Amino acid sequence: MTGGEPAARRGGVAEAAVATGPGGGHRGGTGNIVAPLPFPVAARRELGDAQLRANLRRATHTIRDKRLRVVGEVPDWPQLRAAGAAIKNDVLARLPELLEQFEAAATAAGATVHWARDAAEACALVTDLVRGTGSTEVVKVKSMATQEIGLNEALAEAGIAAVETDLAELIVQLADDTPSHILVPAIHYNRRQIREIFARRMPGVDLGTLTDEPAALAEAARRHLRAKFLSAKVAVSGANFAIAETGTLVVVESEGNGRMCLTLPETLISVVGVEKLLPTFRDLEVFLQLLPRSSTGERMNPYTSMWTGVTPGDGPTTLHIVLVDNGRTTTLADPVGRQALRCIRCSACLNVCPVYERVGGRAYGSVYPGPIGAILSPQLTGPEAGANRSLPYASTLCGACFDACPVRIDIPQVLVHLRQRGVDARRGRPSAERAAMRTMSWVMRDRRRYAAALRAARRGSAPLRWLTGGRGVRRLPWPLSAWTASRDAPLPAAQTFRDWWAAREGTRAAGGRRDAG
Amino acid sequence: MTPADRAAGSAREEILARIRAARPTAPVTVPRDYRTAPAVPTPPDADLLDLLVDRLVDYRATVRRCAPRDVAGALADLLGPVPTVVAPAGVPETWLSTYLGRIRRDGDPAPLTVADLDEPGLAVVTGCAVAVAQTGTLILDGGPEQGRRLLSLVPDHHLCVVRADQVVAGVPEALARLADPTRPITLISGPSATSDIELNRVEGVHGPRRLDVLLVDG
Amino acid sequence: MRVALFVTCVNDLMFPATGRAVVRVLERLGHTVEFPAAQGCCGQMHANSGYRAEALPLVRGFVETFAGYDAVVAPSGSCVAMVRESYPRLAAGDPDLAAAVDEVAPRVYELSELLVDVLGVTDVGASFPHRVTYHPTCHGLRMLRLGDRPLRLLRAVRGLDLVDLPGAEECCGFGGTFAVKNADVSAAMLADKCAAIRETGAGYVAAADNSCLAHIGGGLSRGARSGAGAPVRAVHYAEILAGLAPVDPEAER
Repeated sequence: MTGGEPAARRGGVAEAAVATGPGGGHRGGTGNIVAPLPFPVAARRELGDAQLRANLRRATHTIRDKRLRVVGEVPDWPQLRAAGAAIKNDVLARLPELLEQFEAAATAAGATVHWARDAAEACALVTDLVRGTGSTEVVKVKSMATQEIGLNEALAEAGIAAVETDLAELIVQLADDTPSHILVPAIHYNRRQIREIFARRMPGVDLGTLTDEPAALAEAARRHLRAKFLSAKVAVSGANFAIAETGTLVVVESEGNGRMCLTLPETLISVVGVEKLLPTFRDLEVFLQLLPRSSTGERMNPYTSMWTGVTPGDGPTTLHIVLVDNGRTTTLADPVGRQALRCIRCSACLNVCPVYERVGGRAYGSVYPGPIGAILSPQLTGPEAGANRSLPYASTLCGACFDACPVRIDIPQVLVHLRQRGVDARRGRPSAERAAMRTMSWVMRDRRRYAAALRAARRGSAPLRWLTGGRGVRRLPWPLSAWTASRDAPLPAAQTFRDWWAAREGTRAAGGRRDAG
Repeated sequence: MTPADRAAGSAREEILARIRAARPTAPVTVPRDYRTAPAVPTPPDADLLDLLVDRLVDYRATVRRCAPRDVAGALADLLGPVPTVVAPAGVPETWLSTYLGRIRRDGDPAPLTVADLDEPGLAVVTGCAVAVAQTGTLILDGGPEQGRRLLSLVPDHHLCVVRADQVVAGVPEALARLADPTRPITLISGPSATSDIELNRVEGVHGPRRLDVLLVDG
Repeated sequence: MRVALFVTCVNDLMFPATGRAVVRVLERLGHTVEFPAAQGCCGQMHANSGYRAEALPLVRGFVETFAGYDAVVAPSGSCVAMVRESYPRLAAGDPDLAAAVDEVAPRVYELSELLVDVLGVTDVGASFPHRVTYHPTCHGLRMLRLGDRPLRLLRAVRGLDLVDLPGAEECCGFGGTFAVKNADVSAAMLADKCAAIRETGAGYVAAADNSCLAHIGGGLSRGARSGAGAPVRAVHYAEILAGLAPVDPEAER
């Protein structure tokens, strides 16, 4: 989410999204995590953009190969994944104690810890904190939590400019666009398009030296932001990890914009989801191996910063930490779905997803796109928010995401589970799909009914078989027209397997030849 | 939600109560059968040092190796025509004894400002706390030879001196080696870079665009 | 060895030749195949669409039908994955059913698992002198971890010229109801898969799942009709092993 973007483009939602967890009540998350359009509709829109598809294909295939290469270098990768999953499960089981421990340690080190139930409360808190400094501009490190809560829009309303300093965020902000990837929000642009955006929108850019070479584009971003970094009074960040034992926050980044924001301003405000905790500093030995190799496909990202409260003479003199719930506790209440809270936002699942590769992040309507978004967004908001109910169906269940996930989130399992929750929640209402499923189940659980149904299907299709010469059908009625719109449909065979088997058994019983042809 | 609900303190209690109601109850045992730091640290062998060099070079750092008595000469070589060098208070005098340009010590007489450090052509020389061979990572933890975080951030050229006995194999050993995890810690793997354009790594964004590493061996 | 064939509902109605192929391959190797007629559907489509309540009777039916066999073989990676991977989860709330699933599910094999792992066979004595490429379907690839078992079987077929499929591990876009609910995305994935298949120059694309093959084959035949490239015939690899694969003159180049 970017400062220049009108909030309405996301489809809104500052209030609505209500989920009822066990115990009831308004607990759903709010903010930029609600799909305004059903996934198939939004996907169709994105599929029409051939350039987008080419860019996504190139980028996702590049990163897939890199990830496989650097993961292949680590002989204990399966053990690291298992440990990563278990550490996060441990965090979820001991979350209240660990949060209190974190709060105490961070406070002792000079930080002030705040708590926010939802997006609006978090935004109000941060806005008040920035106002308190008297500053009307903040520099920002790319942070999913602040995108999720819509912080930039809230700050803009309060007359505070939020300057995104991550290169991809800057590209998206200059293009007045929305991010399309967790890690690389501008993944949908290629170098030529980025050059055009810079040439047209970046104030004071030197057109003489601006080529579409990535190095030249990075240089332009460096010049553009340098003065902002060196003069900024307030920075806003997220955190990749928060260490309960020590009160330490960790930001993993590449460009050094994070280090600038975390080091130079006087005031630092860090917005952190409550699930970002790790119990001990030692646990980083697992996650600092899992995260970089899974996200950018590097052995290690260029820069990782760790800070604990404030340090006299080194870095900010004031540190505020805002711990955000925004639907996480609702998600935690679901025994199957809660594994989504293990997510460390590496985006490996996006990069390997064949659906994401075709449609990009904007089709998902939430700041969390791709497979993880399809299970996280509807859980954070509750399924009734916007079109989030359509997200668990945005998958073929091919399983590539589960294989790539560094904390072993079984995304296909959660997708199926959320589909099931959706079906169960609508049991009282009429549904053609459920009627069909029920009928099929009824027919198939009885051998005579089933055999009769197979015979009927075979007979019913006989004229079609004759008409098409057995080569398949070009057009079927709705809803199967969706199938024949782009592929021929097969026809039932002239003889079902069971009829063939019965005939063969009959022949054999009568002393026939023993042959299975 | 009423304004009273939003009063300080209640969000904290409400969130904690929600978590207590929602969380799983079974205790979790974390399997630590991945490669962990050995109980007794092993000194780095030649292969490990070669690996570190390989990984640093892979991330476009310039690497030089020298014997302890040659540090000053090697640093002066690497610095070449650099007019001014910044050094944290704890960097030994001997490191810069043959360098002919201007040397500015942080904190002597006053802490250097951001403007001081943003001077064109400036380089900074630091040590490190530990270096990770498998990932080509240098870890700075604010020790006397490393100084404040902004010293290795604002200048466009960073030279880092790594002693062979500071080199460990992997991330677990490296984190175990850090004296105090609550000090400001920076992990540096190559020069500033971005993967934001077509997901390819490109060197040179906001941090130092040139990273030189002097590996002091023997 | 007492082997039961679970033919799967899709094969029973639409692709009986695949079931016949399994029978022929196993009988040729000297094994007795039984076909428990009470069998129906494994419930995959119900379960994966969220209809757990509708899937459960089918789970029950499956474990009752196939209890007591040394091995159950099915020519479908995704149906076997359903039984082995998803049944334990679906049955979790019902201790009796869970016990029955634990008893039966581990002995349910995809054909290549039965041949290579259980029977120790890679050469089934088949001949198919044609150029073939192989698409590893997702559930066989990532849930069952079939690995190169089907490829080893195909490589042992006389005269068969097996060519690599670029991007083989990428999903074809079928995904059960996904093909209808997200038809546009499915079609986009299918188009790329078909292009990759045509690029190999193979006359046949083989796989371990007829539902994916129906999707791929439908795309290939539609493409050939509209002039998007030479015809490539989709065929279950069991039919190649059995010598039952239809030889398509149009797919011969």
